[in-house]
Amino acid sequence: MGRDREEVTHITATEAGLTGCQRCGHVWPEAQTHCGHCGSRLRKVSMASLERVWALWWAGLFAYIPANLYPIMHTQILSDDSPSTIMGGVIVLMHHHDYGIALIVFVASICIPIAKFVAIAFLALSAKSEKPDGRHKRTVLYELVEFLGRWSMVDVFVVAILSALVQLGVVARIYPGPAAAAFALSVALTMLSAQSFDPRLIWRRAERRPSE
Amino acid sequence: MIDPNHLDDLVACPHCDTLHHVANIEHDERAECARCGALLIASRGASFITVVALSVTAIILMVAAFFFPFLRISAQGFSNASSVVQVAAAFAHGWQSLLSIALVFMIMALPLFRFGALVYVLFPLSLGRKPPPRAATVFRYTENMQPWSMAEIFIIGTGVALVKVGGLATVYFGPAFWAFCLLIIVTAFKNSFINSWVIWDAIGKK
Repeated sequence: MGRDREEVTHITATEAGLTGCQRCGHVWPEAQTHCGHCGSRLRKVSMASLERVWALWWAGLFAYIPANLYPIMHTQILSDDSPSTIMGGVIVLMHHHDYGIALIVFVASICIPIAKFVAIAFLALSAKSEKPDGRHKRTVLYELVEFLGRWSMVDVFVVAILSALVQLGVVARIYPGPAAAAFALSVALTMLSAQSFDPRLIWRRAERRPSE
Repeated sequence: MIDPNHLDDLVACPHCDTLHHVANIEHDERAECARCGALLIASRGASFITVVALSVTAIILMVAAFFFPFLRISAQGFSNASSVVQVAAAFAHGWQSLLSIALVFMIMALPLFRFGALVYVLFPLSLGRKPPPRAATVFRYTENMQPWSMAEIFIIGTGVALVKVGGLATVYFGPAFWAFCLLIIVTAFKNSFINSWVIWDAIGKK
């Protein structure tokens, strides 16, 4: 029922004057704009696509600033209202000697978002050169960013669940802070930035001579 | 070497652009790109009817999960229950309502649409009929939405929230919680049964 894609001679679609559909794999003449099989817009392998990556990357970084400065959540216990930022939540856990959970939250909410910014910037910068160094590793990094990026949204869901659930009148109440929306926006923008990155740029090479 | 009239015999790897010739592969075989090693196609031999059945199951579980009580907590005589709809509405104040709308899409609307679309596209194919009208468009939309459909991330979020609320109150799980957990398992099965390239292949055969 399936079809195999046997090797031709490691010639790329671009070198053959064709454009490959990144959704379903079918190839079309360069001039065609949409895939005739699945209808996706055909993207040529082009450095110009990096502009979109950078624009969304910067937008995501700007949204990440208020996400860390403003409280993501307010916890009201009896009459005591305590706002907490993302980093503040980690520090509270450390004060309670919950070092294990503090470490998990620190890695998930702070390390992974920062690592994503670094990884996308590295992919975009290294794609500028045609050097074949670490192509396989860079492809794995790209897949990792694509796969892990969406999981950062878990923090937003946690705030939503806690805010809906912890409504115990005067005893305890949790409500969301403005950082939740900023963080969600930052995650969405970095996801879009990663999606705009064309992994085929990693495998791009200088024009082949016909004799080769 | 490349005949412009026979482009149907070629595919380009979406990760590195390398051209490959098309050939039939056997049941349970997988084809990887010769240059970068990306998985191109996996023929797991699952019939479309299995995927349709799993998708219908998922739709039923989701509708149940949205409206039954999701979680309930109690502390010092106070108690509060919440449904998934109420969780999505947690930000429904002022400008933050935009986030609530995004949440409705991420945890409810998109997962539901994706399963509905799979049934729409695959049910006629599983009966050996031709693809339904606009099958390619519908399936393309579901593929584009895939990263934004976050039901499984939502369930992990529940786990984290429970750890945080653990010291504060007692937590009780409602039927919607278990429906959501089952939904994650059904989704995992569905994903292991089907590879989108197989579906694209089937839609293309008119």
